[in-house]
Amino acid sequence: MIGNLSSNLRALIEAHGRPEREVYLDLENSGLIFEEALNELLKSYRESGYGHPSITHKPGWSSLELLLEAKENLLSFIKARDGEVVFTHSGTEANNLAIMGLAKATPNRRKIIISSIEHLSVKFPAERLQELGFRVMEIPVDDEGFVNLDYLSDQIDEEALMVSVAAINHEIGTVQDLRAIADVVRDKDPETIIHTDACDALGRTPLDFGKLEIDIASFSGHKIHAPKGVGALYVRDGIKLEPIIHGQLSSQSLWPGVENIPSIAGFSKAIEIFRENFDNYREKMKNLRDILIGGILSQIDDAFLNGPRGDRRAVDNVNVSFLGCEGEALTVELSLRGVYVSSGSACTSRTLEPSHVLLAIKRPYEIAHGSILMKTSPLHGEKDIEYALGQLVKAVERVRSIAPKGVV
Amino acid sequence: MLELFRNPKNLGKIKDADASATAGSLACGDMITIYLKVDEKTEKIIEASFESYGCAANIAASSILTELIKEKYLQEAWKISWKQVSDELGGLPSIKLHCGILAVGALRRAIRAYYKNRERPEWLPEELTPEERQALEEEELMNILGKKMRAVSTKPSEKEV
Repeated sequence: MIGNLSSNLRALIEAHGRPEREVYLDLENSGLIFEEALNELLKSYRESGYGHPSITHKPGWSSLELLLEAKENLLSFIKARDGEVVFTHSGTEANNLAIMGLAKATPNRRKIIISSIEHLSVKFPAERLQELGFRVMEIPVDDEGFVNLDYLSDQIDEEALMVSVAAINHEIGTVQDLRAIADVVRDKDPETIIHTDACDALGRTPLDFGKLEIDIASFSGHKIHAPKGVGALYVRDGIKLEPIIHGQLSSQSLWPGVENIPSIAGFSKAIEIFRENFDNYREKMKNLRDILIGGILSQIDDAFLNGPRGDRRAVDNVNVSFLGCEGEALTVELSLRGVYVSSGSACTSRTLEPSHVLLAIKRPYEIAHGSILMKTSPLHGEKDIEYALGQLVKAVERVRSIAPKGVV
Repeated sequence: MLELFRNPKNLGKIKDADASATAGSLACGDMITIYLKVDEKTEKIIEASFESYGCAANIAASSILTELIKEKYLQEAWKISWKQVSDELGGLPSIKLHCGILAVGALRRAIRAYYKNRERPEWLPEELTPEERQALEEEELMNILGKKMRAVSTKPSEKEV
Protein backbone atom coordinates (compact mmCIF):
# COMPACT_ATOMS: atom_id res chain seq x y z
CA MET A 1 0.00 0.00 0.00
CA ILE A 2 2.69 2.48 1.02
CA GLY A 3 4.83 1.22 -1.84
CA ASN A 4 2.02 1.99 -4.30
CA LEU A 5 1.51 5.41 -2.84
CA SER A 6 5.16 6.28 -3.00
CA SER A 7 5.50 5.15 -6.62
CA ASN A 8 2.36 7.18 -7.47
CA LEU A 9 3.97 10.18 -5.83
CA ARG A 10 7.17 9.64 -7.79
CA ALA A 11 5.13 9.60 -11.01
CA LEU A 12 3.27 12.71 -9.88
CA ILE A 13 6.47 14.62 -9.16
CA GLU A 14 7.95 13.50 -12.48
CA ALA A 15 4.84 14.59 -14.36
CA HIS A 16 4.99 17.92 -12.53
CA GLY A 17 8.55 18.61 -13.57
CA ARG A 18 10.67 21.46 -12.31
CA PRO A 19 9.29 24.91 -13.09
CA GLU A 20 11.70 27.51 -14.44
CA ARG A 21 11.45 29.59 -11.33
CA GLU A 22 10.26 28.55 -7.87
CA VAL A 23 8.89 30.79 -5.12
CA TYR A 24 7.95 29.11 -1.86
CA LEU A 25 5.27 31.11 -0.05
CA ASP A 26 3.72 28.31 2.05
CA LEU A 27 5.57 29.39 5.18
CA GLU A 28 2.49 28.72 7.27
CA ASN A 29 3.07 25.03 6.75
CA SER A 30 6.87 25.00 6.92
CA GLY A 31 9.88 25.27 4.65
CA LEU A 32 12.92 27.50 4.13
CA ILE A 33 15.72 27.53 6.65
CA PHE A 34 18.37 30.18 7.32
CA GLU A 35 21.69 28.93 5.97
CA GLU A 36 23.33 29.94 9.27
CA ALA A 37 20.76 27.94 11.27
CA LEU A 38 21.39 24.89 9.12
CA ASN A 39 25.15 25.26 9.60
CA GLU A 40 24.62 25.52 13.34
CA LEU A 41 22.61 22.28 13.25
CA LEU A 42 25.35 20.50 11.31
CA LYS A 43 28.06 21.82 13.58
CA SER A 44 26.10 20.64 16.57
CA TYR A 45 25.67 17.13 15.13
CA ARG A 46 29.36 16.95 14.22
CA GLU A 47 31.07 18.70 17.08
CA SER A 48 29.29 20.11 20.07
CA GLY A 49 25.72 18.88 20.42
CA TYR A 50 25.58 15.15 19.80
CA GLY A 51 25.74 14.13 23.47
CA HIS A 52 22.84 13.80 25.92
CA PRO A 53 22.69 16.96 28.02
CA SER A 54 21.89 15.06 31.23
CA ILE A 55 24.94 12.79 31.20
CA THR A 56 28.15 13.61 33.02
CA HIS A 57 30.74 13.59 30.27
CA LYS A 58 32.19 16.23 28.01
CA PRO A 59 29.78 15.75 25.06
CA GLY A 60 26.92 15.88 27.60
CA TRP A 61 28.18 19.13 29.11
CA SER A 62 28.64 20.65 25.64
CA SER A 63 25.06 19.78 24.79
CA LEU A 64 23.80 21.14 28.09
CA GLU A 65 25.66 24.38 27.41
CA LEU A 66 23.95 24.72 23.99
CA LEU A 67 20.58 23.98 25.56
CA LEU A 68 21.00 26.60 28.28
CA GLU A 69 22.28 29.19 25.81
CA ALA A 70 19.24 28.58 23.62
CA LYS A 71 16.93 29.08 26.61
CA GLU A 72 18.67 32.34 27.49
CA ASN A 73 18.43 33.47 23.89
CA LEU A 74 14.69 32.91 23.69
CA LEU A 75 14.04 34.46 27.13
CA SER A 76 15.99 37.54 26.15
CA PHE A 77 14.31 37.82 22.72
CA ILE A 78 10.87 37.84 24.34
CA LYS A 79 12.14 40.11 27.16
CA ALA A 80 11.01 37.75 29.91
CA ARG A 81 12.15 38.81 33.38
CA ASP A 82 11.77 35.37 34.89
CA GLY A 83 10.44 31.98 33.95
CA GLU A 84 11.59 28.81 32.27
CA VAL A 85 11.78 27.61 28.69
CA VAL A 86 10.94 24.00 27.89
CA PHE A 87 12.03 22.77 24.48
CA THR A 88 9.61 20.41 22.76
CA HIS A 89 9.59 18.77 19.37
CA SER A 90 7.15 21.24 17.84
CA GLY A 91 4.84 24.17 18.36
CA THR A 92 1.98 21.67 18.33
CA GLU A 93 3.59 19.80 21.20
CA ALA A 94 4.14 23.07 23.09
CA ASN A 95 0.44 23.96 22.75
CA ASN A 96 -0.57 20.48 23.89
CA LEU A 97 1.75 20.71 26.89
CA ALA A 98 0.34 24.10 27.84
CA ILE A 99 -3.29 22.98 27.75
CA MET A 100 -3.16 19.35 28.84
CA GLY A 101 -0.34 20.07 31.30
CA LEU A 102 -2.31 22.82 33.00
CA ALA A 103 -5.45 20.69 33.21
CA LYS A 104 -3.46 17.92 34.88
CA ALA A 105 -1.84 20.30 37.35
CA THR A 106 -5.03 22.16 38.34
CA PRO A 107 -7.90 19.69 37.98
CA ASN A 108 -10.29 21.65 40.23
CA ARG A 109 -10.78 24.37 37.62
CA ARG A 110 -12.86 22.95 34.81
CA LYS A 111 -13.39 25.69 32.24
CA ILE A 112 -11.13 26.33 29.25
CA ILE A 113 -11.63 29.46 27.20
CA ILE A 114 -10.20 29.74 23.71
CA SER A 115 -10.93 32.03 20.80
CA SER A 116 -12.91 30.64 17.90
CA ILE A 117 -9.95 31.05 15.52
CA GLU A 118 -7.24 29.17 17.42
CA HIS A 119 -4.84 26.82 15.67
CA LEU A 120 -5.97 23.21 15.71
CA SER A 121 -3.13 22.35 18.09
CA VAL A 122 -4.98 24.49 20.66
CA LYS A 123 -8.53 23.68 19.59
CA PHE A 124 -8.13 19.90 19.52
CA PRO A 125 -6.47 19.46 22.94
CA ALA A 126 -9.24 21.64 24.39
CA GLU A 127 -11.85 19.44 22.71
CA ARG A 128 -10.11 16.36 24.07
CA LEU A 129 -10.39 17.81 27.57
CA GLN A 130 -14.05 18.45 26.93
CA GLU A 131 -14.50 14.73 26.37
CA LEU A 132 -12.84 14.27 29.77
CA GLY A 133 -15.39 16.47 31.51
CA PHE A 134 -13.96 19.98 31.14
CA ARG A 135 -16.07 22.77 29.66
CA VAL A 136 -14.73 24.55 26.62
CA MET A 137 -15.95 28.03 25.74
CA GLU A 138 -15.17 29.57 22.38
CA ILE A 139 -15.02 33.34 22.35
CA PRO A 140 -16.31 34.84 19.11
CA VAL A 141 -14.24 37.24 17.03
CA ASP A 142 -15.23 40.12 14.79
CA ASP A 143 -14.93 39.95 11.01
CA GLU A 144 -11.23 40.78 11.22
CA GLY A 145 -10.53 38.13 13.85
CA PHE A 146 -10.28 40.32 16.96
CA VAL A 147 -11.50 38.69 20.16
CA ASN A 148 -14.66 40.12 21.67
CA LEU A 149 -13.42 41.39 25.03
CA ASP A 150 -16.87 41.80 26.58
CA TYR A 151 -17.73 38.18 26.00
CA LEU A 152 -14.31 37.16 27.22
CA SER A 153 -14.86 39.11 30.41
CA ASP A 154 -18.26 37.46 30.95
CA GLN A 155 -16.68 34.04 30.81
CA ILE A 156 -13.97 34.61 33.40
CA ASP A 157 -14.84 33.28 36.87
CA GLU A 158 -13.41 30.99 39.54
CA GLU A 159 -14.10 27.99 37.34
CA ALA A 160 -11.85 29.28 34.55
CA LEU A 161 -8.63 27.33 34.29
CA MET A 162 -7.14 29.16 31.35
CA VAL A 163 -7.62 31.53 28.46
CA SER A 164 -5.78 30.78 25.25
CA VAL A 165 -5.59 33.35 22.44
CA ALA A 166 -2.86 33.41 19.78
CA ALA A 167 -0.81 36.62 19.73
CA ILE A 168 -1.05 36.56 15.92
CA ASN A 169 -3.54 34.38 14.11
CA HIS A 170 -1.78 31.86 11.88
CA GLU A 171 -4.25 32.12 9.04
CA ILE A 172 -5.51 35.69 8.75
CA GLY A 173 -2.72 37.52 10.58
CA THR A 174 -4.82 39.26 13.24
CA VAL A 175 -2.48 40.91 15.77
CA GLN A 176 -4.42 40.60 19.02
CA ASP A 177 -4.19 43.16 21.78
CA LEU A 178 -2.63 40.80 24.36
CA ARG A 179 -2.40 43.54 26.97
CA ALA A 180 -6.12 44.27 26.77
CA ILE A 181 -6.90 40.55 26.91
CA ALA A 182 -4.71 40.12 29.99
CA ASP A 183 -6.29 43.16 31.68
CA VAL A 184 -9.77 41.79 31.13
CA VAL A 185 -8.82 38.39 32.55
CA ARG A 186 -6.84 39.71 35.55
CA ASP A 187 -9.59 42.15 36.37
CA LYS A 188 -12.16 39.37 36.78
CA ASP A 189 -9.95 36.65 38.26
CA PRO A 190 -6.20 36.92 38.85
CA GLU A 191 -5.87 33.14 39.13
CA THR A 192 -6.96 32.31 35.59
CA ILE A 193 -3.89 31.34 33.58
CA ILE A 194 -3.26 33.15 30.30
CA HIS A 195 -1.65 31.23 27.45
CA THR A 196 -0.75 32.56 24.05
CA ASP A 197 0.23 30.59 21.00
CA ALA A 198 3.05 32.87 19.83
CA CYS A 199 4.31 30.62 17.02
CA ASP A 200 3.38 33.21 14.39
CA ALA A 201 4.26 36.23 16.50
CA LEU A 202 7.93 35.50 17.15
CA GLY A 203 9.99 37.82 14.97
CA ARG A 204 6.89 39.44 13.48
CA THR A 205 5.79 41.68 16.30
CA PRO A 206 7.62 43.01 19.38
CA LEU A 207 7.05 40.69 22.34
CA ASP A 208 7.74 41.98 25.83
CA PHE A 209 6.89 39.37 28.41
CA GLY A 210 8.42 41.60 31.07
CA LYS A 211 5.46 43.92 30.61
CA LEU A 212 2.79 41.55 29.30
CA GLU A 213 0.77 39.66 31.86
CA ILE A 214 1.08 36.38 29.98
CA ASP A 215 1.81 33.17 31.90
CA ILE A 216 2.57 30.64 29.19
CA ALA A 217 3.55 31.00 25.53
CA SER A 218 4.26 28.55 22.70
CA PHE A 219 6.88 28.95 19.99
CA SER A 220 7.88 27.04 16.90
CA GLY A 221 11.30 26.79 15.25
CA HIS A 222 10.41 26.35 11.59
CA LYS A 223 8.29 29.49 11.63
CA ILE A 224 11.43 31.57 12.06
CA HIS A 225 13.48 29.63 9.50
CA ALA A 226 15.04 27.32 12.09
CA PRO A 227 15.19 23.55 11.60
CA LYS A 228 11.96 21.57 11.86
CA GLY A 229 11.16 19.38 14.82
CA VAL A 230 11.72 21.95 17.55
CA GLY A 231 9.34 24.10 19.53
CA ALA A 232 9.39 25.75 22.92
CA LEU A 233 7.09 26.62 25.79
CA TYR A 234 7.73 29.63 27.98
CA VAL A 235 6.39 29.14 31.51
CA ARG A 236 6.39 31.98 33.96
CA ASP A 237 7.71 31.36 37.50
CA GLY A 238 5.04 30.01 39.82
CA ILE A 239 2.86 28.47 37.10
CA LYS A 240 2.27 24.78 37.75
CA LEU A 241 2.31 22.40 34.79
CA GLU A 242 2.46 18.61 34.67
CA PRO A 243 4.32 16.78 31.91
CA ILE A 244 2.02 15.11 29.40
CA ILE A 245 4.50 12.54 28.12
CA HIS A 246 6.58 10.39 30.39
CA GLY A 247 9.83 8.57 29.91
CA GLN A 248 13.61 8.67 30.09
CA LEU A 249 15.57 11.12 32.12
CA SER A 250 15.96 14.56 30.64
CA SER A 251 17.47 17.82 31.73
CA GLN A 252 13.98 19.32 31.46
CA SER A 253 11.40 18.29 34.05
CA LEU A 254 8.40 19.00 31.81
CA TRP A 255 9.65 17.09 28.81
CA PRO A 256 11.21 13.60 28.80
CA GLY A 257 13.38 12.05 26.13
CA VAL A 258 16.54 12.98 24.30
CA GLU A 259 16.53 16.69 23.55
CA ASN A 260 17.02 17.54 19.90
CA ILE A 261 20.10 19.65 20.63
CA PRO A 262 21.16 20.24 16.99
CA SER A 263 17.73 21.59 16.08
CA ILE A 264 17.61 23.59 19.30
CA ALA A 265 21.01 25.08 18.42
CA GLY A 266 19.66 25.97 14.96
CA PHE A 267 16.54 27.49 16.58
CA SER A 268 18.77 29.56 18.83
CA LYS A 269 20.73 30.81 15.83
CA ALA A 270 17.54 31.78 14.01
CA ILE A 271 16.41 33.71 17.11
CA GLU A 272 19.73 35.60 17.07
CA ILE A 273 19.32 36.45 13.39
CA PHE A 274 15.77 37.70 13.89
CA ARG A 275 16.79 39.70 16.97
CA GLU A 276 19.70 41.41 15.19
CA ASN A 277 17.62 42.26 12.11
CA PHE A 278 14.29 42.76 13.81
CA ASP A 279 13.29 46.16 12.38
CA ASN A 280 14.77 45.50 8.93
CA TYR A 281 13.06 42.16 8.59
CA ARG A 282 9.72 43.51 9.71
CA GLU A 283 9.95 46.35 7.24
CA LYS A 284 10.98 43.98 4.46
CA MET A 285 8.21 41.45 5.11
CA LYS A 286 5.64 44.24 5.33
CA ASN A 287 6.79 45.80 2.08
CA LEU A 288 6.60 42.46 0.24
CA ARG A 289 3.23 41.75 1.84
CA ASP A 290 1.84 45.06 0.62
CA ILE A 291 3.18 44.59 -2.92
CA LEU A 292 1.46 41.20 -3.05
CA ILE A 293 -1.84 42.28 -1.51
CA GLY A 294 -1.98 45.51 -3.52
CA GLY A 295 -1.16 43.69 -6.75
CA ILE A 296 -3.78 41.00 -6.19
CA LEU A 297 -6.58 43.38 -5.28
CA SER A 298 -5.85 45.70 -8.20
CA GLN A 299 -5.20 43.07 -10.88
CA ILE A 300 -7.70 40.30 -10.09
CA ASP A 301 -11.48 40.79 -10.08
CA ASP A 302 -13.58 39.44 -7.25
CA ALA A 303 -10.61 39.05 -4.92
CA PHE A 304 -11.07 39.64 -1.20
CA LEU A 305 -8.52 40.10 1.57
CA ASN A 306 -9.24 37.98 4.66
CA GLY A 307 -8.22 39.54 7.98
CA PRO A 308 -7.28 43.07 9.01
CA ARG A 309 -5.24 45.64 7.10
CA GLY A 310 -2.23 47.78 7.96
CA ASP A 311 -0.50 47.57 11.31
CA ARG A 312 -3.21 45.38 12.82
CA ARG A 313 -2.21 42.66 10.37
CA ALA A 314 0.88 40.44 10.69
CA VAL A 315 3.73 41.84 8.60
CA ASP A 316 4.03 38.61 6.59
CA ASN A 317 0.44 37.44 6.14
CA VAL A 318 -1.38 37.42 2.80
CA ASN A 319 -4.71 35.58 2.83
CA VAL A 320 -6.98 36.21 -0.12
CA SER A 321 -10.10 34.63 -1.57
CA PHE A 322 -10.99 34.49 -5.21
CA LEU A 323 -14.66 34.03 -5.92
CA GLY A 324 -15.41 31.18 -8.33
CA CYS A 325 -11.90 29.82 -8.05
CA GLU A 326 -11.60 26.69 -5.94
CA GLY A 327 -8.60 26.94 -3.63
CA GLU A 328 -7.10 23.50 -3.92
CA ALA A 329 -7.20 23.52 -7.72
CA LEU A 330 -5.48 26.89 -7.50
CA THR A 331 -2.68 25.47 -5.30
CA VAL A 332 -2.05 22.76 -7.93
CA GLU A 333 -2.19 25.21 -10.84
CA LEU A 334 0.23 27.54 -9.02
CA SER A 335 2.49 24.63 -8.21
CA LEU A 336 2.80 23.82 -11.90
CA ARG A 337 3.89 27.45 -12.31
CA GLY A 338 6.46 27.18 -9.50
CA VAL A 339 4.57 29.14 -6.86
CA TYR A 340 3.85 27.19 -3.68
CA VAL A 341 0.94 28.25 -1.48
CA SER A 342 -1.74 26.57 0.66
CA SER A 343 -5.51 26.85 0.75
CA GLY A 344 -8.31 27.05 3.30
CA SER A 345 -10.50 25.00 0.98
CA ALA A 346 -12.34 21.96 2.30
CA CYS A 347 -10.31 19.67 0.10
CA THR A 348 -7.20 20.48 2.12
CA SER A 349 -8.86 19.74 5.44
CA ARG A 350 -10.04 16.17 4.80
CA THR A 351 -13.62 17.11 5.63
CA LEU A 352 -16.33 18.99 3.83
CA GLU A 353 -15.68 21.96 6.09
CA PRO A 354 -13.40 24.73 4.93
CA SER A 355 -11.12 26.59 7.36
CA HIS A 356 -12.79 27.16 10.74
CA VAL A 357 -10.95 30.51 10.96
CA LEU A 358 -12.56 31.86 7.78
CA LEU A 359 -15.97 30.62 8.90
CA ALA A 360 -15.47 32.26 12.33
CA ILE A 361 -14.93 35.65 10.67
CA LYS A 362 -18.18 34.93 8.84
CA ARG A 363 -16.81 34.44 5.38
CA PRO A 364 -19.42 32.61 3.28
CA TYR A 365 -18.49 29.08 2.26
CA GLU A 366 -17.90 30.00 -1.37
CA ILE A 367 -15.34 32.60 -0.30
CA ALA A 368 -13.69 30.29 2.23
CA HIS A 369 -13.30 27.57 -0.44
CA GLY A 370 -11.53 29.99 -2.73
CA SER A 371 -8.93 31.14 -0.22
CA ILE A 372 -5.18 30.87 -0.42
CA LEU A 373 -2.61 31.63 2.23
CA MET A 374 0.88 32.99 1.58
CA LYS A 375 3.54 34.42 3.86
CA THR A 376 6.40 36.69 2.94
CA SER A 377 9.79 36.29 4.60
CA PRO A 378 13.20 37.93 4.87
CA LEU A 379 14.37 35.23 2.46
CA HIS A 380 12.23 36.60 -0.36
CA GLY A 381 13.08 39.46 -2.69
CA GLU A 382 10.83 41.79 -4.67
CA LYS A 383 11.52 39.79 -7.83
CA ASP A 384 10.10 36.66 -6.17
CA ILE A 385 6.93 38.46 -5.19
CA GLU A 386 6.51 40.03 -8.63
CA TYR A 387 6.91 36.61 -10.23
CA ALA A 388 4.39 35.08 -7.83
CA LEU A 389 1.92 37.88 -8.53
CA GLY A 390 2.20 37.45 -12.30
CA GLN A 391 1.64 33.71 -12.05
CA LEU A 392 -1.24 34.18 -9.63
CA VAL A 393 -3.10 36.39 -12.11
CA LYS A 394 -2.74 33.72 -14.81
CA ALA A 395 -3.55 30.81 -12.48
CA VAL A 396 -6.77 32.36 -11.18
CA GLU A 397 -7.85 33.03 -14.75
CA ARG A 398 -7.20 29.41 -15.75
CA VAL A 399 -8.98 27.82 -12.75
CA ARG A 400 -11.94 30.13 -13.24
CA SER A 401 -12.11 29.13 -16.91
CA ILE A 402 -12.73 25.50 -15.90
CA ALA A 403 -15.68 26.34 -13.63
CA PRO A 404 -19.30 26.35 -14.82
CA LYS A 405 -20.13 29.80 -16.14
CA GLY A 406 -22.25 32.02 -14.01
CA VAL A 407 -20.28 30.94 -10.94
CA VAL A 408 -18.35 34.21 -10.76
CA MET B 1 -4.04 12.71 -13.07
CA LEU B 2 -1.84 15.79 -13.11
CA GLU B 3 -1.78 15.57 -16.92
CA LEU B 4 -5.60 15.60 -16.98
CA PHE B 5 -5.57 18.66 -14.75
CA ARG B 6 -3.04 20.36 -16.98
CA ASN B 7 -4.80 19.44 -20.21
CA PRO B 8 -8.33 18.34 -19.40
CA LYS B 9 -10.27 16.60 -22.13
CA ASN B 10 -13.83 17.65 -23.00
CA LEU B 11 -13.74 20.85 -21.01
CA GLY B 12 -16.42 23.46 -21.63
CA LYS B 13 -20.08 23.85 -22.33
CA ILE B 14 -21.87 22.20 -25.26
CA LYS B 15 -24.13 24.97 -26.50
CA ASP B 16 -26.79 22.79 -28.10
CA ALA B 17 -26.60 20.00 -25.54
CA ASP B 18 -29.52 17.58 -25.38
CA ALA B 19 -29.15 17.27 -21.64
CA SER B 20 -27.07 18.75 -18.85
CA ALA B 21 -27.01 18.55 -15.08
CA THR B 22 -25.03 19.83 -12.13
CA ALA B 23 -24.09 18.07 -8.92
CA GLY B 24 -22.64 19.70 -5.82
CA SER B 25 -22.64 23.39 -5.07
CA LEU B 26 -20.31 26.35 -4.80
CA ALA B 27 -20.78 26.22 -1.06
CA CYS B 28 -19.50 22.67 -0.69
CA GLY B 29 -16.49 23.56 -2.77
CA ASP B 30 -17.22 20.91 -5.40
CA MET B 31 -19.50 21.42 -8.34
CA ILE B 32 -19.58 19.52 -11.62
CA THR B 33 -21.75 20.18 -14.65
CA ILE B 34 -22.00 17.49 -17.34
CA TYR B 35 -23.26 18.22 -20.88
CA LEU B 36 -24.45 15.47 -23.24
CA LYS B 37 -25.20 15.43 -26.92
CA VAL B 38 -27.19 12.33 -27.77
CA ASP B 39 -28.22 10.71 -31.04
CA GLU B 40 -31.99 10.64 -30.79
CA LYS B 41 -32.44 7.39 -32.73
CA THR B 42 -29.71 5.20 -31.27
CA GLU B 43 -29.50 6.88 -27.85
CA LYS B 44 -25.75 6.95 -28.25
CA ILE B 45 -23.69 9.75 -26.68
CA ILE B 46 -22.07 11.67 -29.54
CA GLU B 47 -20.41 14.30 -27.42
CA ALA B 48 -19.84 14.81 -23.70
CA SER B 49 -18.21 17.64 -21.82
CA PHE B 50 -17.89 19.10 -18.35
CA GLU B 51 -17.23 22.20 -16.31
CA SER B 52 -15.92 21.93 -12.78
CA TYR B 53 -15.52 24.12 -9.73
CA GLY B 54 -13.43 21.86 -7.58
CA CYS B 55 -10.04 20.43 -6.77
CA ALA B 56 -7.59 18.90 -9.23
CA ALA B 57 -8.96 15.38 -8.61
CA ASN B 58 -12.44 16.65 -9.34
CA ILE B 59 -11.34 18.06 -12.69
CA ALA B 60 -9.47 14.85 -13.57
CA ALA B 61 -12.46 12.68 -12.59
CA SER B 62 -14.86 14.72 -14.71
CA SER B 63 -12.44 14.66 -17.59
CA ILE B 64 -11.95 10.89 -17.53
CA LEU B 65 -15.67 10.24 -17.08
CA THR B 66 -16.57 12.26 -20.17
CA GLU B 67 -13.92 10.27 -22.07
CA LEU B 68 -15.40 6.99 -20.85
CA ILE B 69 -18.95 7.74 -21.99
CA LYS B 70 -18.20 9.01 -25.48
CA GLU B 71 -19.70 6.77 -28.16
CA LYS B 72 -21.49 4.80 -25.44
CA TYR B 73 -25.22 4.13 -25.36
CA LEU B 74 -26.96 5.97 -22.52
CA GLN B 75 -27.74 2.60 -20.97
CA GLU B 76 -24.02 1.74 -20.87
CA ALA B 77 -23.06 5.17 -19.57
CA TRP B 78 -25.61 4.81 -16.79
CA LYS B 79 -23.76 1.73 -15.51
CA ILE B 80 -20.39 3.38 -15.12
CA SER B 81 -19.51 3.45 -11.43
CA TRP B 82 -17.36 5.80 -9.41
CA LYS B 83 -15.09 2.80 -8.87
CA GLN B 84 -14.39 2.64 -12.62
CA VAL B 85 -13.63 6.36 -12.64
CA SER B 86 -11.26 5.91 -9.74
CA ASP B 87 -9.56 2.90 -11.39
CA GLU B 88 -9.12 4.81 -14.65
CA LEU B 89 -7.30 7.49 -12.70
CA GLY B 90 -5.01 4.91 -11.13
CA GLY B 91 -6.97 4.85 -7.86
CA LEU B 92 -8.27 7.98 -6.19
CA PRO B 93 -7.08 8.42 -2.60
CA SER B 94 -9.90 7.84 -0.10
CA ILE B 95 -10.37 11.53 0.70
CA LYS B 96 -10.91 12.19 -3.00
CA LEU B 97 -13.35 9.34 -3.69
CA HIS B 98 -16.27 11.73 -3.36
CA CYS B 99 -14.96 13.57 -6.45
CA GLY B 100 -15.56 10.42 -8.50
CA ILE B 101 -18.94 9.89 -6.85
CA LEU B 102 -19.97 13.48 -7.57
CA ALA B 103 -18.95 13.18 -11.24
CA VAL B 104 -21.00 10.00 -11.64
CA GLY B 105 -23.86 11.67 -9.76
CA ALA B 106 -23.83 14.56 -12.23
CA LEU B 107 -23.76 12.20 -15.21
CA ARG B 108 -26.73 10.18 -13.95
CA ARG B 109 -28.65 13.37 -13.34
CA ALA B 110 -27.90 14.42 -16.92
CA ILE B 111 -29.16 11.06 -18.20
CA ARG B 112 -32.33 11.45 -16.16
CA ALA B 113 -32.69 14.98 -17.54
CA TYR B 114 -32.48 13.53 -21.05
CA TYR B 115 -35.46 11.29 -20.35
CA LYS B 116 -37.45 13.95 -18.57
CA ASN B 117 -39.64 14.63 -21.59
CA ARG B 118 -39.15 11.22 -23.13
CA GLU B 119 -40.41 7.81 -22.20
CA ARG B 120 -38.39 6.35 -19.36
CA PRO B 121 -36.59 3.21 -20.52
CA GLU B 122 -36.85 0.10 -18.39
CA TRP B 123 -33.19 0.11 -17.42
CA LEU B 124 -33.49 3.52 -15.79
CA PRO B 125 -34.57 2.97 -12.18
CA GLU B 126 -37.12 5.28 -10.63
CA GLU B 127 -35.25 5.35 -7.36
CA LEU B 128 -32.09 7.37 -6.96
CA THR B 129 -28.81 5.45 -7.11
CA PRO B 130 -26.27 5.80 -4.26
CA GLU B 131 -24.15 8.22 -6.33
CA GLU B 132 -27.13 10.49 -6.92
CA ARG B 133 -28.10 10.30 -3.27
CA GLN B 134 -24.56 11.21 -2.22
CA ALA B 135 -24.67 14.31 -4.41
CA LEU B 136 -28.00 15.19 -2.86
CA GLU B 137 -26.69 14.60 0.65
CA GLU B 138 -23.69 16.85 0.08
CA GLU B 139 -25.93 19.61 -1.22
CA GLU B 140 -28.35 19.22 1.68
CA LEU B 141 -25.55 19.14 4.22
CA MET B 142 -24.22 22.41 2.87
CA ASN B 143 -27.70 23.88 3.02
CA ILE B 144 -27.98 22.98 6.68
CA LEU B 145 -24.47 24.20 7.47
CA GLY B 146 -25.15 27.42 5.59
CA LYS B 147 -28.28 28.03 7.63
CA LYS B 148 -26.45 27.20 10.83
CA MET B 149 -23.74 29.68 9.90
CA ARG B 150 -26.24 32.44 9.37
CA ALA B 151 -27.88 31.57 12.67
CA VAL B 152 -24.61 31.77 14.60
CA SER B 153 -24.91 34.87 16.67
CA THR B 154 -21.95 36.61 18.20
CA LYS B 155 -22.60 34.88 21.50
CA PRO B 156 -19.87 32.69 22.96
CA SER B 157 -20.66 29.10 22.31
CA GLU B 158 -20.16 26.10 24.48
CA LYS B 159 -18.76 23.45 22.24
CA GLU B 160 -20.77 20.38 21.49
CA VAL B 161 -18.87 17.13 21.45
